[in-house]
Amino acid sequence: MAVKDYIRERFFPHMWCPGCGHGIVLNSLLRAVERLGMSKNEIVMVSGIGCSSRISGYVDFHTLHTIHGRALAFATGVKLGQPELNIIVPMGDGDALSIGGNHFIHAARRNIDLTAIVMNNRIYGMTGGQYSPLSGYGTMATTAPYSNIDQDFDVVDLSIAAGAAFVARTTVYHAKQMADILMKAIIHEGFSVVEVMTQCPTYFGRKNRAGDAVDMMEHMKEITTPIGSKAKEKNPDLLERGIFVQKEIPEYCQEYERIIERAQADVS
Amino acid sequence: MAKPKLKQHVINREWCKGCGICAHFCPKDVLEMDEKDKAVVKRPEDCICCKLCEIRCPDLALDVETE
Repeated sequence: MAVKDYIRERFFPHMWCPGCGHGIVLNSLLRAVERLGMSKNEIVMVSGIGCSSRISGYVDFHTLHTIHGRALAFATGVKLGQPELNIIVPMGDGDALSIGGNHFIHAARRNIDLTAIVMNNRIYGMTGGQYSPLSGYGTMATTAPYSNIDQDFDVVDLSIAAGAAFVARTTVYHAKQMADILMKAIIHEGFSVVEVMTQCPTYFGRKNRAGDAVDMMEHMKEITTPIGSKAKEKNPDLLERGIFVQKEIPEYCQEYERIIERAQADVS
Repeated sequence: MAKPKLKQHVINREWCKGCGICAHFCPKDVLEMDEKDKAVVKRPEDCICCKLCEIRCPDLALDVETE
């Protein structure tokens, strides 16, 4: 199937702003799914609220557009009910780690087989540019007109600490790498987190004088480096991208199935 | 694998929002933005079919068709 066969063309052009990185995430995700040769019927996309979460309306999979921060909770329900389906949960930075912060760490701790994509544009775009837990110290936002004094989360460190079985980071500039990583994340059995650094030229870009979408993508190229590169040794401030964790640990639905078997053996 | 040969670039002008990502990151300077801020093909003969424009287009508005 071609990439276009996986989208709901009737809703295009999409509602994202010109140059919004979320469209590139959609683009790479479709390519990952196409390369895996998956049918539309074996994928469920569950999203919450925000610009990023509108992605579920554009893909022609089974889709659930749910409530703010609770996409992972709904996804957990779907997965436990139909463990054979592949569940993809795209979330914004605020949706995943502020409103949905607890759902996020506990889904990771349980190691339920979901693919969580954190589309990190470092701001709440849809509601008008408020700072998020990933905006970072010193950034400007509508709600931080004299600059933000909150420190940010490191999504990768947080996910590893919470016990996720697959943890990766990439950017929309590195769209080819993103498609490769998303492919591996989808087929990995267990809770997979992929942080995708993306740009919001409309709010983050304007508030922080970061230029247009092109400038913001050039910046992503400059501030990131592959894991373990020489450049990182010289400049420790560079953000590493690639796959940080990929491990096999007991998956929640399989463990739950064994509990059911044990309980049934007890009864009979 | 043989080098892919370009058939044509298909640009959906209805979907293109003129962000300029395709034109800026094209390694061979094949694309440009026109007066209406839509991507257009200016130098198709230089295209090496790397498809970087296609995979980075946030609007899914660009296809590089190869033979």
